[in-house]
Amino acid sequence: MGATQKAEQNDKTADAALIRMQDVSKFFGTFQALDGVSLNIGTSEKVVICGPSGSGKSTLIRCINRLEQHDAGEIRIDGVAVDDSAAARAVLRNNVGMVFQQFNLFPHLSILDNLTLGPIRARGLAPAAARELAEYYLERVRIPEQIQKFPDQLSGGQQQRVAIARALCMEPRIMLFDEPTSALDPEMIAEVLDVISELAATGMTMIVVTHEMGFASHVADKMVFMDHGRIVEMAPPKRFFSDPESDRCKLFLQQILRN
Amino acid sequence: MRILSLWPLLSLFALAGCAGNWGWYVVNPATPAGQRNLMFLLDGLYYTIALSVTAIAISVLVGLLVALPGLARQRPPRVINRVYVELVRAVPILVLILWVYYGLPQVADISISVFWAGVLALAISDSAFQAEIFRAGIQSIDRGQHEAAHSISLSYVDKMRFVILPQAIKRILPALGNQLVYMLKMSSLVSVIGMEELTRRANELVVTEYRPLEIYTVLVIEYLVLILVVSGGVRWLETRMGMADRR
Repeated sequence: MGATQKAEQNDKTADAALIRMQDVSKFFGTFQALDGVSLNIGTSEKVVICGPSGSGKSTLIRCINRLEQHDAGEIRIDGVAVDDSAAARAVLRNNVGMVFQQFNLFPHLSILDNLTLGPIRARGLAPAAARELAEYYLERVRIPEQIQKFPDQLSGGQQQRVAIARALCMEPRIMLFDEPTSALDPEMIAEVLDVISELAATGMTMIVVTHEMGFASHVADKMVFMDHGRIVEMAPPKRFFSDPESDRCKLFLQQILRN
Repeated sequence: MRILSLWPLLSLFALAGCAGNWGWYVVNPATPAGQRNLMFLLDGLYYTIALSVTAIAISVLVGLLVALPGLARQRPPRVINRVYVELVRAVPILVLILWVYYGLPQVADISISVFWAGVLALAISDSAFQAEIFRAGIQSIDRGQHEAAHSISLSYVDKMRFVILPQAIKRILPALGNQLVYMLKMSSLVSVIGMEELTRRANELVVTEYRPLEIYTVLVIEYLVLILVVSGGVRWLETRMGMADRR
């Protein structure tokens, strides 16, 4: 009785945050990628994660949608623990979309089929409804005219915007961005960041791993700096950029802002 | 249609045969006896094709089903895959044909027709190779494709069906074509249990006509033409799939 009450209370506190990570650890063999990470993210909140390579920032967001399985701690989305259960799968399907560094569009499918595959197969939408959805989101990312083309006929920036539209077609409440501009030519970075900024303005909950600090300072509600699998610094962007507490973060910002 | 293009070639051989020891009369299409013999030989084509096509269809399916556990993250399914592949690969096809036809009825107390014994033996034997081909093809697909499929919540079956296999099959098409050619040739071994396919027909004709050189030469040409047609078909399929998807 007491135990269930306690569990219910935990659920209630978890409800306050849309995503709740508690002491999450992850190992790759003997390498510890995440070391007791705790992070709460509220509805509509925008979190930008930065840090040196190998600091665990990608692993962190990949654990949220179960691309990686965390070894210890707990991740809850909308109060539901992220694990191998059907409930977790349903919560991920209904809530979480992801955009990858390498776009990962399906090269053998047209843009239209790339966008409608998830809605038709995973959400059970009728093809006509899925097509409507695809057209709507392609409009949103400003490439409606490419719907019949194949991914390799598009530029990198266009491909990444299609990838964003593909994730949006699942109508998620949370979007995860894993270095969305790192594989792009410099002149295409802006068009992708613009689309992400617009999305941020709609009230989407977002976690973005990026080194684009100008973008971060505009969009983020919360900046997170990671190193060696730990959250070293967490602050609103104003304080984060002007007055970081840790020396490690200061050094990182100096190095990254010099260019 | 394609078979008809044989006649000029055969006539040429027939002419050449007039000079030396060749006795092309046994398969001379200009004489009624030669015609009858040729038709007897060509008649085996039906079973050669039926055997090979049925067997390859089964072996592709079984091969895929065996390949999938080989790609699992956990150890037990991978072990099942390994054991199957290593075991089946180690049995010579001829031995497997004999075992299935003469041995299986004793074990399972069922009677099995020559055709299905042949199909079964060929399919089992080939499935181990198909499994390895599929495993290699699926493994060659970028991990990002699996992750993207996961990120739009596709089930395992949907991921394989719509994302991974279409790309993998395009890559392994040349290898699959290879296996089909191999299968057409190996089907000749089913002649030992009395299957009336090309090789068996040739053997029977040799016994009555006693002209092995000419008859087996015709047999060689039959296989050659059959396999050239199949190779052409596979190549056509490759370019067609390549054009449709561009990558």
